[in-house]
Amino acid sequence: MVQTTPLWEVFIRPRNGLSHKHVGSIHAADEVLALQAARDVYTRRGEGNSIWVVRSADIHASDPDQAAENFEPTADKIYRHPTFYDIPEEVGHM
Amino acid sequence: MYSQGLIGADGRTTESEEFLARFQARIDAEEKIEPTDAMPEGYRRTLVRQIGQHAHSEIVGMLPEGNWITRAPSLRRKAALLAKVQDEGGHGLYLYCAAETLGVSREEMTEELLTGKAKYSSIFNYPTLSWADIGIIGWLVDGAAIMNQIPLCRCSYGPYARAMIRVCKEESFHQRQGYELCMSLAFGTPEQKAMVQDALNRWWWPSIMMFGPHDADSQHSDQSMAWKIKRFSNDELRQKFIDATVPQAEYLGLTLPDPDLKWNEEKGGYDHGPIDWSEFWRVVKGQGPMARDRIKARKKAWDEGAWVREAALAHAEKRRARKMAAE
Ligand SMILES: [Fe+2]
Ligand SMILES: [Fe+2]
Repeated sequence: MVQTTPLWEVFIRPRNGLSHKHVGSIHAADEVLALQAARDVYTRRGEGNSIWVVRSADIHASDPDQAAENFEPTADKIYRHPTFYDIPEEVGHM
Repeated sequence: MYSQGLIGADGRTTESEEFLARFQARIDAEEKIEPTDAMPEGYRRTLVRQIGQHAHSEIVGMLPEGNWITRAPSLRRKAALLAKVQDEGGHGLYLYCAAETLGVSREEMTEELLTGKAKYSSIFNYPTLSWADIGIIGWLVDGAAIMNQIPLCRCSYGPYARAMIRVCKEESFHQRQGYELCMSLAFGTPEQKAMVQDALNRWWWPSIMMFGPHDADSQHSDQSMAWKIKRFSNDELRQKFIDATVPQAEYLGLTLPDPDLKWNEEKGGYDHGPIDWSEFWRVVKGQGPMARDRIKARKKAWDEGAWVREAALAHAEKRRARKMAAE
């Protein structure tokens, strides 16, 4: 059987002070080669100073069909937002 | 480099009216579609095909220019050409990874390219006969690519749009190094000027064919526009490209090989002569002068790289087993 080369997701930190951000994926046999390939493909012009690679198979994603129940607090929980509370102008910026 | 107007898109889809309307509403609201979102089968199929063709074009596009790396006339030109060809390889990889988010595997795409089932931009089936071709390709072919790719940065499919943003950032270097190369020849000796004029004569028509068939003849284009995979029609993009290129050719003192090319005051753009579409279709269908060589070169690279892929996997497996034993 011909084995296929696994897929890795690539994350890059553009500079210190920022978090690593997903930039794409790469195929590589192991993490050492994945890091080298990620460097060649995603950082040819100073795009970052640190790379993470994670096997795509190890990523677990939330179900898009449950997006409504997961991520909709704004509509029915408006009291979570600062603008819900009226503060008199005399008090100054709060 | 670039994909031409998609060849043979098939946007047919069988979902319920209600599902399609909900999807269209998201598109109309300029929402991006992400890999796990529900999408019509026709949308997925069109994108797999378009992104695949685009990726293959970047990869095959390395060959005509790679042909001149060892013969570049100076270290400066050689370094620039190497960097450009490496970028094109990178573009291919960004795009394969965008296509893979739609459920097609890299192996399937490679297989389709090597068996000749998948199409790629017809422009790469022409030979690079002289050093001037390298300048003309950067100026015209990458120039046409930029016209096509900028609107793709706003494509409705998130991963494709993000890949295009990275690609577009790199294309400007490609076009500028090509135009600068053309300048050095056009302002050089009479022989050098004749060489760049000859290259322009050969590449002009294939370059404007890169935008694909005229709007009236391009099927399935409407569906791609409605889904915002495509934002401008083939003819609109071709017009923009010609209008931008004419003054650039004038600056070089070169003549575009189209006697019918003239300014049309009324439309505020140039009119051009008839395009030989029979040649275009011949080349798309694999009868271009270099078509067989291109696929042969890709097959050779794939076959001769097999032992490297196998060795890397065997090594990874050995390391994994050793690590497990140590734990
Ligand atoms: Fe490219
Ligand atoms: Fe390019």
